[in-house]
Amino acid sequence: MPERKIVIQKPALTPFNVVAGIIVVVGLVITVIRFTQGLGATTNLSDYNPWGIWIGFDLLVGVALAAGGYVTSAACYIFGLKRFHSAVRPAILTGFLGYALVVLALHYDVGRPWRLPYPFIVQSGTTSLLFEVAACVALYLTVLFIEFTPAALEWLGLKRARSIVTKLTLVLTIFGVVLSTLHQSSLGALFLIAPSKLHPLWYSPYLALYFFVSSIVAGLSMVIFEGSLAHKHFHDKMDAEHLREADGVALGFAKAASWVLAGYFIMKVIGMAQTNAWGYLGSGYGLWFLVEMLGFVLLPCYFYAIGAREKNLKIIRRTAAWTVLGIVVNRFNVGLVAFNYHLPSSERYFPHWMEIGISVFVVTIGILVYRFIVTHMPILYAHPDYDAH
Amino acid sequence: MSISRRRFLGWLGAAGVGTTLGRSAHAAGNTLFTGYPDSLGVLFDVTRCIGCRKCEEACNKVNELPAPPKPFSELAVMERRRRTDAKTYTVVNRYENAPGAKGPLYRKIQCNHCLEPACASACFVRAFAKNSNGAVTYDESVCVGCRYCMIACPFEIPAYEYDKAFTPRIMKCTFCHPRLIKGQLPGCVEICPAEALTFGKRRNLLKIARERIGLFPGRYIDHIYGETEMGGTAWLTISGVPFRDLGMREDLGTTAAPELTKGALSVVPVVASMWPVLLTGVYAISQRRDKIAREEQAAAVATAVAKAQSEAKAKLTEAMAKAEKDKKAAIDKEVKKALEEATRAKAQESAAATAAAPEKKPS
Repeated sequence: MPERKIVIQKPALTPFNVVAGIIVVVGLVITVIRFTQGLGATTNLSDYNPWGIWIGFDLLVGVALAAGGYVTSAACYIFGLKRFHSAVRPAILTGFLGYALVVLALHYDVGRPWRLPYPFIVQSGTTSLLFEVAACVALYLTVLFIEFTPAALEWLGLKRARSIVTKLTLVLTIFGVVLSTLHQSSLGALFLIAPSKLHPLWYSPYLALYFFVSSIVAGLSMVIFEGSLAHKHFHDKMDAEHLREADGVALGFAKAASWVLAGYFIMKVIGMAQTNAWGYLGSGYGLWFLVEMLGFVLLPCYFYAIGAREKNLKIIRRTAAWTVLGIVVNRFNVGLVAFNYHLPSSERYFPHWMEIGISVFVVTIGILVYRFIVTHMPILYAHPDYDAH
Repeated sequence: MSISRRRFLGWLGAAGVGTTLGRSAHAAGNTLFTGYPDSLGVLFDVTRCIGCRKCEEACNKVNELPAPPKPFSELAVMERRRRTDAKTYTVVNRYENAPGAKGPLYRKIQCNHCLEPACASACFVRAFAKNSNGAVTYDESVCVGCRYCMIACPFEIPAYEYDKAFTPRIMKCTFCHPRLIKGQLPGCVEICPAEALTFGKRRNLLKIARERIGLFPGRYIDHIYGETEMGGTAWLTISGVPFRDLGMREDLGTTAAPELTKGALSVVPVVASMWPVLLTGVYAISQRRDKIAREEQAAAVATAVAKAQSEAKAKLTEAMAKAEKDKKAAIDKEVKKALEEATRAKAQESAAATAAAPEKKPS
């Protein structure tokens, strides 16, 4: 949109830029410490607690919250819900950035990051669920990159390349759903090997299913949540189609999220019955489990339904933010809180400030790159020279 | 060149050693695996251990691990509950006041060398190998450092060199694999002054353990820890007090680690083959639905247009017919009128003629 190119020069030293700048500087300093002094100097990881928030937050939460890409593109291109078309590009972009940041964060976490391609080029441990996660994340990052390229190619004016890529849309979307199903579920299945370490309320043979189904909720909620943030900050970048469809996207996704949350709750109850873990509900962990199940599953399920029925976008947006928080709570519970529940509190893990610093740094980088891309490339509006694909 | 007897025996020895090296466990395979035949193990008898820490010292020496801050003769370190770490492959912990015990009890901790190791199953670069002699060994040259083996190990044995920035390794007991190959005993077994550690083939050790339990039923709990725990381990423990009183978990179950993840892994081919078919089907259905909707719309429009057209035509025809009829009727009427007028005119004419004739007659 040519008229949108006329933007009033904003002052560079906005409060946001100052805070982001400080975070980036601190993050770079911690990065130097991490890669010169090792994990011991920057983390509270121990022999009992080999995985901290760089796995619990950056990997488990990061991948779940980046599910918007496959959920939205599947809804639009496979299920033929074309009214969601304007939501696909932003969702693909945040999915791509999410996965790229997950891979970036993994470089901090593993001991020898330069060996990350080893499972594919040196020796493959195919009996490992982590191999499945690694293979699918690597492939899906590639798929998301290709799915994202039309926006970049339109920005660069490379019409032929763009037309080739857009022909692949359906194949890429199906491939993306397959890969997402596999690795979203495998992230839960990672913990299947340690039944003696994960609290029985969270350990279940259905862990893989729980992670996959909750990733759908995460994806739907993230699209609504990001949409509301984008409306606040990038309203001038949106075209008529985006603005016209935005409310419909929120309403439709809220309805879907409500149904999926209801299904997720029922699965959880069936899983509880299977492992017969009812007895633990009375304990301290049981109370926390109930907070998760009632406060972060049933409550958003109810409010999504109300919001969709009454077409109340305010309720829907607040519920989306709450559900995103619920996903964080769930992944933290499985990866950190309920893991090693049997250890005395002196052996339990709490993150080092530098671990939190890197996680905040990674998220900040994501926001900065997102801002750069939506202000330069046709994400929230369709490029006038091209038809919608 | 003739082959000397010495050289031949050397080759034979190398071949024998070769078979014991780096054979990975076929975790999650479809064949029944109950451990390598004649694989080795150690039986640890808690009732014999005196907590002298000699095994810790020997382990430290033969594995060339860094010296600890306090010497191994210092027994006060056992006041704290310790575990294996990056500089320690084995530790002995003291357990006071175990119910039924006369004095303090000691338990040695090291890698149990599972028959089907969780660490090997969990490793995504196959850095761990279950050797046919029973030892679970680790190859640092491929390790990425993800530490999933530490998550997976039910005995909490693998440790990590967190303080190394460039070459961190997983550290764990190797069953003195290099020594076993040379025909030597593991360092800890060799030094133990109390014969608390018995080295041998695992199946023989199980017999020995049963014999001891059978001979002294009052002295032992009737259970061999490691016979079935997590699918069985090369190291076995017998004790006079319940194992939980020695900090050993009794809730591990008998399922080998690969079995726990088998179900999740078996889903991969199902998803990878079914999803594309189903999703293409869903796509085709939604496309077809759209197409049919479009066609139905087009058909409805066409019908409506046709109907409107035919109606208009009929109306036109009718109007034309009516117009024709009206025209004809008008013509008829006019003709009739003209005829009538003509008739009337004729009649008037003849009447006038009749009236005029008598007038002419008298004249």
